[in-house]
Amino acid sequence: MPTKIEKDSVTGTETTGHEWDGIKELNNPLPKWWLYVFYACVLFSAVWMVLYPSVPYLRSHFGGVLGYTQRDAVAKRLEEASGAQAQYRDQIAKLDIQAVKADADLNRFALAGGRVLFAENCAPCHQSGGTGAKGYPSLADDDWLWGGKLEDIQMTLQHGVRSTNDDDTRVSQMPRFLADGLLTMPQIQAVAQHVLSLSGLDKPNADGAKLFAEQCASCHGEQGKGMREVGAPNLTDKIWLYGGDKAVVVQSIAYSRGGVMPAWAGRLDDATIKMLALYVHALGGGE
Amino acid sequence: MTAIAAAQPGATLATGARSEAYVEDAVRAFVIATIFWGVAAFAAGVFIALQLAYPVLNLGLEWTTFGRLRPLHTSAAIFAFGGNALLGTSLYIVQRTCRARLFGGPAVAWFLFFGYQLFIVLAALGYIFGITQSKEYAEPEWFVDLWLTLVWVVYLVAFVGTLMKREEPHIYVANWFFVAFIVTIAMLHIVNNLAIPVSFFGAKSYALFSGVQDALTQWWYGHNAVGFFLTAGFLAMMYYFIPKQANRPVYSYRLSIVHFWSLIFLYIWAGPHHLHYTALPDWAATLGMVFSVMLWMPSWGGMINGLMTLSGAWDKLRTDPALRFSVTAVAFYGMSTFEGPVMSIRQVNGLSHYTDWTIGHVHSGALGWNAFITFGALYYLVPVLWKRAGLYSIRLVSYHFWIATIGILLYISAMWVSGIMQGLMWRAYDNLGFLQYSFVETVQAMHPFYVIRATGGLLFLTGALIMVYNLWRTARGDVRDETPIVRAPAQSAAAE
Repeated sequence: MPTKIEKDSVTGTETTGHEWDGIKELNNPLPKWWLYVFYACVLFSAVWMVLYPSVPYLRSHFGGVLGYTQRDAVAKRLEEASGAQAQYRDQIAKLDIQAVKADADLNRFALAGGRVLFAENCAPCHQSGGTGAKGYPSLADDDWLWGGKLEDIQMTLQHGVRSTNDDDTRVSQMPRFLADGLLTMPQIQAVAQHVLSLSGLDKPNADGAKLFAEQCASCHGEQGKGMREVGAPNLTDKIWLYGGDKAVVVQSIAYSRGGVMPAWAGRLDDATIKMLALYVHALGGGE
Repeated sequence: MTAIAAAQPGATLATGARSEAYVEDAVRAFVIATIFWGVAAFAAGVFIALQLAYPVLNLGLEWTTFGRLRPLHTSAAIFAFGGNALLGTSLYIVQRTCRARLFGGPAVAWFLFFGYQLFIVLAALGYIFGITQSKEYAEPEWFVDLWLTLVWVVYLVAFVGTLMKREEPHIYVANWFFVAFIVTIAMLHIVNNLAIPVSFFGAKSYALFSGVQDALTQWWYGHNAVGFFLTAGFLAMMYYFIPKQANRPVYSYRLSIVHFWSLIFLYIWAGPHHLHYTALPDWAATLGMVFSVMLWMPSWGGMINGLMTLSGAWDKLRTDPALRFSVTAVAFYGMSTFEGPVMSIRQVNGLSHYTDWTIGHVHSGALGWNAFITFGALYYLVPVLWKRAGLYSIRLVSYHFWIATIGILLYISAMWVSGIMQGLMWRAYDNLGFLQYSFVETVQAMHPFYVIRATGGLLFLTGALIMVYNLWRTARGDVRDETPIVRAPAQSAAAE
């Protein structure tokens, strides 16, 4: 089709004379503002390339007149952050945990840091605010398995519970009364009824009470009040780690439980563990 | 519907010595596939959006977890919906703007259609069953990549072959963009998918590059998939359908040349802005950033040419909601291509990267630009391809437009708020130097915005379903008895 330049009747602009499937083109110039903004972007880029690392050479690169590198920027900020905290952290690492608690400034620092450290490290199991979940004890009440004093909490944090990679971890293992052939299922049912009766959730059971005295009292105590030395829970307070239904209690007796908490020493430094212990202690149930 | 009335109703060449028909059966199939995969992609998107708001919807099955369904959604949207739209419209446009039958004829067109659908199905099955190479937007394993390479080479030959035998003296601007899209996607696809299979009969392979080289190659690919698949290819669609729908000449031939070459030259270097604050050397990240900043105006050249083509025909926006889709698409294109360079600036990226802001940015492009320009094209194409006088219902197009637009606005504004909040929460420190928020607290804070986002997606899907019904009735030849929402002024109707 020969080139046929026309005047567009609406705008009065000439066409280029090309036509494809009925589509024509106007011969408008580049919009001036468009061109100047484009030049401005190119200029901005040129300046930026002078300021920052940009042009690669064969074995190195142009570093920019500001001398900026991302690596240095991060290192500097980390250094600033740890420098500002160093005076507190060094003190906390050095002092005994009771002494940290006694110092108002240090204690405030520890609780502020403990909150976010707890949220990052502990909340996945113990939930936000330490409210606990099935199999993960609440840390906000005064029912402690291994003790609720600052030193006890610090010890649990450092070495964990039944942790496989810490020789000083807190260990205890309730027998699997059914699986190990120590009791029959009817006997376990009776013991479970007795256990529930301790907190008034079921009627007393004489057979169960007798079996409890023989098999369970050595760890859980004659009254079922528990024993912290071996992490045996109090069975009389209506606080249940795995649930207070009879079927759940039967399951616990028959096959046992054995929750694991990792040992945090080695993953978190000494000051961090002290801060966490202080935070957990302050959640509501610290002794 | 002046635009459709102005289109060539017949499928034969209007002039010229040859009377061969244009290849249109396969184009019709591509149109149907575009609609089908579009609805599938939107539905998958709504589902995974709900999964983020309500994790129970992961259903506890490995095949239905977010991790597997997310690539299903992205690939369905980009490659199945977008890809079929590009293949279909490019075959349609190249024949008409060259006044030449497709090189290779119907056999090649059908091979492209079935070959491409096979690629989509193979890729999708791989995602669900966990067979992927874990590269974002390039997840399919080596055997699927090889098949796509074959299909793509045939596509290139058919397209360039048609250009070679054209009856027009010049090549139309839409076809420059299509060629740039086809050639560059071939290059990106091959280089980023270089991998060594572990065995002849196994699906597993390992990427040829490793570490930061692999990351750079991946984002060179990833960013240019956006640049050449979702930008250049869809600009080609814009350059055909907007002048056709508006029945006006393209605004500026000179602008189309300058913005085409500047876009092509600058886009290819912008990928490293995806890797700020990583192991990528500083100088490479800086170059990625400045090329992205320089890309702003070349991108806007397309927007100007699209919008200004309407000068003298702005009134059509009131009466033709299909044209309104195309023009709104260009507006969203302009917004996304401004937001992109801003987000590429290192300091801005420090806030925006890894947050929902990126998701909002992507969707203002994908929903606002890619999907809307495609909807505009579909409303134009279906009556032409099925040889109908017009659409079944203009009112339904209008409903689709408003429902989808409200959906997009809900989506992107929810993601802006959520993303910026997320970025600010991550970097918030108290006066003792401790982080203010744990990660899970930032996740909790985003929940309401995830619900709003899912609602926006649901509206978008609803609009698409209205379109499916409308186009189906159009193809059947039905016309709805309705009064238009806005009547065209009498004198302008007479003038045309």
